[in-house]
Amino acid sequence: MTAIEMQPPRLILGPVAWLRKNLFSTWYNVLLTFLALGLLYTLLRPAVQWSLTEARWGVISANLTLFMVGQYPRDQLWRVWLSIYLLGALLGLSWGIWKHAARGFALIALGAGLAFAVIGLLLNSNVWINWLLSVGILLGFYALGRILPARGRSILTLAWLLYFPLVILLIAGSRFIPFLSPVPTNIWGGLLLTLMITIIANVVSLPLGILLALGRRSKLPVVRYFSIGYIELMRGVPLVTVLFMAYLLVPLFLPLGVRPPDAVIRAIVGFILFEAAYQAENVRGGLQAVGRGQYEAAQALGLSGPLTMSFIILPQALRAVIPAIFNSFISLFKDTSLVAIIGLFDILRIGRSVLAQSEWLGTHREVFLFAFFIYWGFNMAFTYGSRRMEEAMGVGRR
Amino acid sequence: MSEIDDSQDIIISRDVHKWFDNFHVLKGINLNVKKGEVVVIFGPSGSGKSTFIRCINRLEEHQRGQIIVDGVELTNDIRNIEAIRSEVGMVFQQFNLFPHLTVLQNIMLAPSWVRRTPKEQARESAMQLLKRVGIPEQANKYPGQLSGGQQQRVAIARALAMQPKIMLFDEPTSALDPEMIKEVLDVMVELAKSGMTMLVVTHEMGFARAVASRMFFFDEGQIVESGTPDEIFKRPKEDRTKLFLSQILSH
Repeated sequence: MTAIEMQPPRLILGPVAWLRKNLFSTWYNVLLTFLALGLLYTLLRPAVQWSLTEARWGVISANLTLFMVGQYPRDQLWRVWLSIYLLGALLGLSWGIWKHAARGFALIALGAGLAFAVIGLLLNSNVWINWLLSVGILLGFYALGRILPARGRSILTLAWLLYFPLVILLIAGSRFIPFLSPVPTNIWGGLLLTLMITIIANVVSLPLGILLALGRRSKLPVVRYFSIGYIELMRGVPLVTVLFMAYLLVPLFLPLGVRPPDAVIRAIVGFILFEAAYQAENVRGGLQAVGRGQYEAAQALGLSGPLTMSFIILPQALRAVIPAIFNSFISLFKDTSLVAIIGLFDILRIGRSVLAQSEWLGTHREVFLFAFFIYWGFNMAFTYGSRRMEEAMGVGRR
Repeated sequence: MSEIDDSQDIIISRDVHKWFDNFHVLKGINLNVKKGEVVVIFGPSGSGKSTFIRCINRLEEHQRGQIIVDGVELTNDIRNIEAIRSEVGMVFQQFNLFPHLTVLQNIMLAPSWVRRTPKEQARESAMQLLKRVGIPEQANKYPGQLSGGQQQRVAIARALAMQPKIMLFDEPTSALDPEMIKEVLDVMVELAKSGMTMLVVTHEMGFARAVASRMFFFDEGQIVESGTPDEIFKRPKEDRTKLFLSQILSH
């Protein structure tokens, strides 16, 4: 008998075939397609017309810097740019070295950088140079990452870990560094404030959450009940109350004579305390997904408890809950808009203050649409990047 | 019970009892293994055979009696337990490979972190072990990309990487498709012939006949009968042994 070799049935490709298959397959689908098109047209036409003719987008371009950084000193903006360049460099390097895992984020950053450069050009603003430079740096470091010898690569994780404290130092400044004069956090604002809170709170709360999740499964009753009590307490109250508590109570916990930290730090503390509880539950879900056999196999090899946790259990547990962890990241990003209630100027609050300027009265739609697209754009970019990362890290798991 | 000379024995178990809640799983097991012996344990499911070998490396805790492995008695002292575990390799029914690590990393992990073997040396001996179990070309794949038989051979290599004095096998071929059982048994036969001390829970009677030094028939938490393969297969004394053998050998 000869072997039977057959090609799989050919798929019909092309836009026309797609249209026919998905939109015009039967007479009622044709009808529904046209109905939907008509509906979309009647709904969207006024909005598009408004945004192209009536809308006063000048409110955005005139206040763009305010939206982005609030009252951050204008002569110190180079620090923000430097943070962006460093991010570009790290993303490029990661793309070159980690390949697929970082490619999603790098591509998104590349696209965003180019888009911002174009917008800058259209608005006759000089920032297009900075954005183009960022893109150039990203691409340059990508090339560097491709040719870097394996020995230099292990530094990358360390560089990422150092990046966040470094950015905080850059933005906040320090009395001890002459060219980095301190910028008090109460004049941070806009997207800068939103992102700083998001990043710091997320970066700190994840390890705390892991500790809490492990604590919740601990055999030591004190540790276990503390963890359970903490998690349930934080999950049982609204974020707003935690923010208020952090704002009002942090000074009380400090010894007399110590100047209480300013509102931004207190807000960040509140977010960390709150977020850690949620991350703990995410991680716990992951820990439960790792089977008993994995513990037994590790024990049978003579691995100690801490080694088993760090090399066998946690890597699998965290991988299993990457979507949940990223989900918490995103919701924290959106929740930062609550800092307005303790008097901070995040991007949404800046929007409201812009509306109070006499020349831009009545531009609510423009301002809130802008804020809407900022939040949405960031989350879309983040979602895309993280999904690519999940796919890349899922290799070999099946 | 008469006093027996067990100074030569690498595993000594005296009157081992274990309960799962109120269920009496092990009812006084006395089973000693000499260095270099291949001991096969068989019996119906629920007879306590798996539980017994899991007591040897303390994956289960016995509640009465004594277990002494390589001169160290198993107690609650975690240092003792970890020391014994690194001397005793174990192969599981469900392989239990680490799915997030490559084959090579699975094998290198314990030697590098428990034995502090330098990376290069660990890699080299891992590759040698993979050659020994016949799949050096799979070194950089993930467990999920291998067949069951290949995974179980990796699991054997992983256990051997710690250079154990004793190997425990807990139904190593029960989760495998028939055509893959042979490739795993071949590796185990080779291992037995190399002089490894082995304690094997299995129903592969062909394997037992070929390499077992002694066999133990477990039922309801007790050793019903023991002896050389010849004695067990040709002249079983107990009715329960005869019945069980006839059931598993009939087809």
